[in-house]
Amino acid sequence: MAKLEIKNLHVSVDTDQGTKEILRGVDLVINSGETHAVMGPNGSGKSTLAYSIAGHPKYQVTKGEISLDGVNVLEMSVDERARAGLFLAMQYPVEIPGVSVSNFLRTAKTAIDGKAPALRSWIQDVRVAMENLKMDSAFTERNVNEGFSGGEKKRHEILQMELLKPKFAVLDETDSGLDVDALRVVAEGVNRIKDSNDIGVLLITHYTRILKYIKPDFVHVFVAGQIAEQGGAELAERLEAEGYDRYVNA
Amino acid sequence: MAGASETIQHGLSEHSHGFGVPIQTRSERIKSIKVDDFAEISTREEQWRYIGSDELGGLDKSGLEEFSGDITASTADGVVTSWIESDHALFGSAGIPEDRVSAAGWEAAKAAYLIAIPANSSPEPSSIEIKSLVSDPSALHVIVHAAKGSQATVVLQHNGDAVLSENIEIIVDDEASLTLVSIQEWNTKSIHSSAQFAKLGRNSKFKHVVVSLGGSVVRVTPSAYFDAPGGDVSLFGLYFADAGQYLEHRIFVDHSQPNCKSRVTYKGALQGQKAHTVWVGDVLIRAAAEGTDTYELNRNLLLTDGARADSVPNLEIETGQIQGAGHASASGRFDDEQLFYLQARGIDELEARLLVVRGFLMEIVQQIGIPELEDRLAQAIENELEGTVR
Repeated sequence: MAKLEIKNLHVSVDTDQGTKEILRGVDLVINSGETHAVMGPNGSGKSTLAYSIAGHPKYQVTKGEISLDGVNVLEMSVDERARAGLFLAMQYPVEIPGVSVSNFLRTAKTAIDGKAPALRSWIQDVRVAMENLKMDSAFTERNVNEGFSGGEKKRHEILQMELLKPKFAVLDETDSGLDVDALRVVAEGVNRIKDSNDIGVLLITHYTRILKYIKPDFVHVFVAGQIAEQGGAELAERLEAEGYDRYVNA
Repeated sequence: MAGASETIQHGLSEHSHGFGVPIQTRSERIKSIKVDDFAEISTREEQWRYIGSDELGGLDKSGLEEFSGDITASTADGVVTSWIESDHALFGSAGIPEDRVSAAGWEAAKAAYLIAIPANSSPEPSSIEIKSLVSDPSALHVIVHAAKGSQATVVLQHNGDAVLSENIEIIVDDEASLTLVSIQEWNTKSIHSSAQFAKLGRNSKFKHVVVSLGGSVVRVTPSAYFDAPGGDVSLFGLYFADAGQYLEHRIFVDHSQPNCKSRVTYKGALQGQKAHTVWVGDVLIRAAAEGTDTYELNRNLLLTDGARADSVPNLEIETGQIQGAGHASASGRFDDEQLFYLQARGIDELEARLLVVRGFLMEIVQQIGIPELEDRLAQAIENELEGTVR
């Protein structure tokens, strides 16, 4: 049983107009096996929360804490956080020319585990995970994210989540840009990984449609860098009907 | 420009370059073995656009010393090395200097070091170590002759301290197949300018692999000439420039015969302040060269700020009756977002850079076909990276 704890988190970014505070005191506790949905209008700070957990250098934590099983995450480098068990499925995965998917996956797995995976079982694991996500086996020979369609990029993110077996996964708008079929495949993948590895999931989304496939235990509504309201899955249903206007215009 | 095509791959941004009208057409360039036939070096000349006389350590002047370093050959059975005088039939048979530094070297080197591969033989790879310990401007002339029907690989390894103008003539006879690897791993203050002329016989194959890693100024100008139809030339190169290093590669493929093929693939990595690389790829398809098939590509990967990669492909086409002609040139940056992506998967910064640079450059290293040498160069590339990663 692991616990990811965020306390009074304040995060700023540098802009051309000076430093701008985006998160203004966020509190969140996620336990293994729980799914938390963070929903909110554009610009409310949802992605900032995701990047801050992963440690992107653009986001400066000015106040507050993030801890994983009581250990201070904010003192860790990006790669240390990943090795500690945090995973971020990115909204915009970048291209890495010259690095094949297969080489990348093996390098990442070796880094996370601290040792190279046994070759035969690893090849098998990759094959099964790709079949589950309905990915063509030729995919591994392509360069990371190079020329991938939007759907391929998101499947590739979930493939990594499956193979790297994190304790907590943050999914940053993984549903954006997916058609219904791809959304179902990706959501099934997330559910399968979550159930078999007992991981905690922080699902960041603007829309409610992915929540039809991935049932959240908790829903947090993000407005202007703070949690404006929280509840269970029924809150998502209300947002589906009412939208965010109630919070934005309040 | 009929038949020219341009492809940008890898999602990299296209580099600004002078595609279009060459400053001077390549066929009109002066050829001479006399220094005085060339004008003093000036940035007004296209060849010397990026580097001045004061950076060449005196290599553009008459009266260079003859090379006084060591040449150590480990050759396979049948491959013979010897010194030949300038009246030998092979001397000057592959090419004539097209710039002042090359002419200065030609003038000063009275004899040439010949590596001869017998006809119809297929020896194991030969390795020639060219080691200099002096920094007086000097001259060396090397000739590699692959006789008819032979199949061979020759590695020229340049080490030590040098200020050297080198001319390498490569004669690939009819039906022969030669791989020539030229590795520049000089000590940090060395200055090296190497003109490498290849002449291809009927239905011959020539693969050229240039690897430039060490030296203050390294300038390699490989050129390929077809003496008969049916020649096939592949020119590969990789370079890795560190802070303050200047590495220039100017390629010339002269398609003067019908039904010949050429491929040019150069890749460079750069890191550090004032790391500067120049790649110029001139391909000339003369009116007689019907059925030509050519493609040239240059890619550069900038690993840090403060580095500069110039990339200039030039394609001159004098006949429309060709198979294909194209080029691609792009310079990309290993940026913070790529680093973040890899780190977010547990990979530390050094390993992330290694992963990217290995993937980028090993394609060229793997062209050599000698596993031990490929491994050693892979390690040399990693050492370059580890030297300056923060």
